[in-house]
Parts: sequence; C-alpha cells; structure tokens
Amino acid sequence: MNIHEYQAKEVLARYGVPVPKGIPVDTAEQAAKAFHDLGGGLAVVKAQIHAGGRGKAGGVKLVRSADDAQNIAAGLIGKALVTPQTGPEGRVVKKLYVTQGADIAREMYLAVAMDRSARAPVVIAAAEGGVDIEDLAHSKPEALLRVPVHPVKGIQGFQIRRICFHLGLKGDQLKGGAAVIQGLLKAFMDTDASLAEINPLITTKDGQVVALDAKMSFDDNALFRHKDVAGYRDLNEEDPKEVEAKKFDLNYIALSGNIGCMVNGAGLAMATMDVIQQKGGMPANFLDVGNGANKTQVTNAFKILLSDKNVKGILVNIFGGIMKCDTIAEGVIAAAKETNMSVPLVVRLEGTNVELGRKMLQESGLNLQTATSLDEAAEKIVKAAH
Amino acid sequence: MSVLVHGDTRILVQGITGDAGMFHTKNSLAYGTRMVAGVTPGKGGQTTADGVPVFDTVADASKATGATVSVIYVPAAFAGDAICEAVDAGLDLVVAITEGIPVADMAFVRNFMQGSKTRLIGPNCPGIITPVTDKTGCKIGIMPAYIHKPGRVGVVSRSGTLTYEAVWQLTTVGLGQSTCIGIGGDPIKGMDFIDCLELFQQDPGTDGIIMIGEIGGSAEEEACDYIQQKVKKPVVGFIAGATAPPGKRMGHAGAIISGGKGTAKDKKAAMARAGVHVCDTPSILGATMRDVLGRKR
Repeated sequence: MNIHEYQAKEVLARYGVPVPKGIPVDTAEQAAKAFHDLGGGLAVVKAQIHAGGRGKAGGVKLVRSADDAQNIAAGLIGKALVTPQTGPEGRVVKKLYVTQGADIAREMYLAVAMDRSARAPVVIAAAEGGVDIEDLAHSKPEALLRVPVHPVKGIQGFQIRRICFHLGLKGDQLKGGAAVIQGLLKAFMDTDASLAEINPLITTKDGQVVALDAKMSFDDNALFRHKDVAGYRDLNEEDPKEVEAKKFDLNYIALSGNIGCMVNGAGLAMATMDVIQQKGGMPANFLDVGNGANKTQVTNAFKILLSDKNVKGILVNIFGGIMKCDTIAEGVIAAAKETNMSVPLVVRLEGTNVELGRKMLQESGLNLQTATSLDEAAEKIVKAAH
Repeated sequence: MSVLVHGDTRILVQGITGDAGMFHTKNSLAYGTRMVAGVTPGKGGQTTADGVPVFDTVADASKATGATVSVIYVPAAFAGDAICEAVDAGLDLVVAITEGIPVADMAFVRNFMQGSKTRLIGPNCPGIITPVTDKTGCKIGIMPAYIHKPGRVGVVSRSGTLTYEAVWQLTTVGLGQSTCIGIGGDPIKGMDFIDCLELFQQDPGTDGIIMIGEIGGSAEEEACDYIQQKVKKPVVGFIAGATAPPGKRMGHAGAIISGGKGTAKDKKAAMARAGVHVCDTPSILGATMRDVLGRKR
C-alpha cells in the first residue's frame, strides 16, 4: 500500500526526522489560508498523488503570496496530473500539501527498502539527490552506497557514520544526519514498510538536515498489525475495479487490453496473459481467483471483468485442483446468465471431473467455446474478440 | 527414488485443527501419506476425526511420533513463529503452506534459521510431493494428488497452478514425476531454485528437471549460473510474466518488475545461455521434456 507525501512526513516526523512545516488542504481557499498560517514567507504547493515525477509534471510550485497560493492551487485541484508513473491518462489531484519553503544548500538521496537477496532492510544513500535514482544507478552506480541492516538488531553506529560520510555530511551536520537515518530506519521497521524514501534529503544553509520530500509504501500482509498506517489508505488513488475485487478476495489488476481473463493461481494468470499476447491479443487484466474459488467469487469476478468497457471477450482458464471442474462450470454458467453476458466467452478447464465440466458448459445453451489447452483457448478468444 | 521426502517420511501438521489443516491432512492421508501427528497449542491430548494425535508443541509431537517433517497451515500472523518452533525442535524439513506472511517476519525467520540443519520450503507454496504408486505417495501440501504419477522428472516451481499444469502434462505424456517442489511466490523464502536443482542433480531417480520461474528478483538468473556449472541433467524451463507491466505486483508478493530488473526477457535469456530448453508457452512443457529425454536415449 502506498501513501501520500504528507502522510509519509507525518510518520517520519513522529520518528524525529525533521520535515518542513506543512498543511494538507482540499481547496484553493484553504491553500491561501495555509500560506498565512505557515508564516507568509516562501511556500511550496505540492500535488498529492501516489506517483513520482510530480515536479517535472508541474505538480510542485513555489508561491510567494496567498493569492499566488490560491491561484496555483485552483489550477491543480481537480485536474489530472500526468507523470511518467501515472500512465497517459494521469491522476486527478484531490489534495494539496502546502509547505514552508526551504533554504537549500545541497540535495542528497536516502532510502530504505526491503532487499530480498540480503533478506533484510537495505539503506541506499547518494550524495546527489533530487535525481531519478534508477537513472543514477545506471549512469553512476558507484554513487550509490548500499548498507544491509540486521533484520532483528537494526542499524549499528558504524553503519550510520558510513552513510553520513558517504552523503558528504560534515561537522554539526553529522548529528542531524544520524538522527534522520536512525529515525528513517526505525519508522521503516516499526511500520513494516517495504520502502521509505527521502528524495531529496537536504542540508539547509544553516546546517540542518531536512527531509524535503518523502515516500513510503507498506507490506499489505502486515497492515493487520498497523491500524494507524492502514488508516492512511486513499481509495481515490486505486482503480475502483481493483478495490471491488479486494472485497471478494480476488486478486485483480487492471491493464489496457480488451480480453478479460479469469484464472486460478498467480503464475497461471501471468502465463495466460503472456499466451494471449503471443496470439496477437491484449489482456484487459490480471485476475487470480485463488485456489478455492467458489460460485460467488466466480460471479463477482465476471461482474468486475464486464464492468470494464474495453472488454470484448473473456477467457476463463482454470486448473481444477481442489475445486472440481463441474463445480467451476456451474459457477461460470450461473455467472454468465446472471450478468447477461454478451461478449464472446472461451473456457478452458483441466483437472478433476473435466469431462463432466465440459459437457455442462456445452449443454448450458450459452454462447461459449471450450478449449483443452491454454494455447488453443488463447487462439480462440483472440479470434472471437476481433 | 526422490528428493527430500519419500513414502516412509513421517510428518506432523502445525495448525491441524484449523479448516485448512484438517482438510489437507485428510487428503494427504487418503494418498497414503504418513501424517503421524498434529500440533495445536492448547489442544494437546486430543485426537482428530481422522485419528491423528494432537500435541501442544512441535518438540512433543516429534519426540512421541518420530516425525521429521512439519507442514504448516497456521494463519499468517502466527506462521513465522510456527516455523521457528519447528526449526527449534530440530526437524529436517519444514513446509510452510501459509500465504500472506509479513516480509519482515520471514526476514526474522531466515535470521533465526542460521546455523540450523532444518530446510524450509515456502511459505506461500503448494508444498512438496513424491508419488510412489499411481494412487499413493508422500503428499505434503495442497496440490491435487490424482494429477501425479511416479516417474523420473523433477519439478521445481515458484507458482502453484503452473506446477499442476506441468505435472499434468508429464503424467499425460507418460513420464511422471520423481518429486515436485513448489518453492512459493514470496520475496523472502526458504529453499530456492539452486537448492532444489542440486538435489535433483544428485538424485539417481531423476533424469530431467522442469523449472518454472516468474518475473521479479534474480533467483532464476542465479539458478542459471548454477545450471551451467553443475547441472548435467536436461532442464526444461518456463518464465511467467513476459507481458506483465513494470511496477505492478502480479499476485505473488515477489512477482514484480522494479527498476527494470527481474523481467521475463532477461530470465529467459539467462536460461537459454545456460542450455535450458526454454518454452514460450507452458502448454508444451511436458512434450518438450519427452522430446529432450527421447533424444538423449
């Protein structure tokens, strides 16, 4: 789960990471008031969406007066912001964060991520910040310092010092840097984060070390023990079909093609998408109905697939293991009837009672085709959806 | 022959009194697997409907019944602790079926396991199975038993249903399986491809290996280096997720392309370089293995 910048800064501030004072707002009028409340000097109006690249896309603006703040805010709220991470349709801005401006001396990069090969959190630091870190990793890999942290005991003093020196901190800044690193690490480990990134981390002209931006995402599997973090969830930032799918324990991800897929198992679902594309089609989604999919889940999965107006055909690919094929056929038939499905449907079943399942489908009176292999199923649906 | 488990392996079930534990224990027993004990803290002394004695701790269960392997159906919030208990009891193998364990818990588990002799399969996996006859064998996990058949091909996979797909094809073409291991889709887990490849290479009962990977991480690439150096038996491979968009988590917590790393294209290229017979669709895994083994003979 991702959260907004203002929320991430709230979390980090609780762990002693200095952040510029800021006020989240929903309207242009509130933005003007926030400008006053922050002291009326230089301020920054920042669009709050779950995507990076906001600055270059025009979602982060310096303002020097309340009028300025109001006008800029009015120009952002309700508009779609298109960044390299949002896709061409962009993301509608619903919230802004008005923060105090900072007197930047230098920009750096600091992040913690869960590293699967180290099986531990890893701190990533660079003395240059505000840049695309993936670009930096390609062009100048030696600029990135990676420090694996003990998964139980956390970060050690010598590691903190090494990171501070790599960041180029000196003199009094070292203390401030250490506090930021320690706070970031503690926040990461306490909240079961999967990523906590400060880009840029800055030194101010008076020697402070401050998080000018912040981004955090969390392990969905651990949210049950972090009710406060779970409360940060913003459904506006998620695809409504994905939100709906979660209610029924379905694993759904919207894609841009026109062939809806319903599959059991994540690997088989990915493979189904792959084969559809090999046969010249484009999948409209990834959908894993799980190992024990029942009739209700199958019906709801159909409804979600059909709510996507791009869908011109549906491919059902189920390897019946625990679930018998006749049970699955029953669910598919009921769902197709209940949803008045009008697009072509290809069903590929394999596993226990497969003959019975296929027979039920053929005798259902529904306009559907069956297939015995994944390749055959993909070929049929790609042809039918044209 | 087989790897890790065989017809005489004695198994205990952690979380045997829960719905999943009960259901899958019944299926394992029906396949002739020696499910000798269950563990549910606080329910020690009871016996399940299927006649399996229940103990309070893994150590007690193992001592009383001689179980050397544990299978875990404990809910995600407590599963990390359950794995540690089995490791502490000195079992040979722990098979964690549970899905949705927090990554930090698995990082802790792996740290806890350092220096122990216990091997871990999973979590978030279908388990491990060694077919003995067409109807019986050692089934530890949630895979459907009937699709298996004793044979001489080893299967190692990150994905559940794709494993079934490969297994069913091997059975249909008449090859069968020596042992099938589902290593699971989580980013931090127990045994990885290399550990399984090593065992299959050493197993005199395995002639060929099917390896099924997916996008995310670098385990497949590392396995391919290993194959090039150490694996003399033919390997047939598939990678799922060639068309998955970057940054989207495809169901499994570990299946995500991030920072341009972990793409199916890179993994397939690594396989091809290592001499693996790469399949572009999972529909031809069984036939490809049949052809490869046929050529060898």
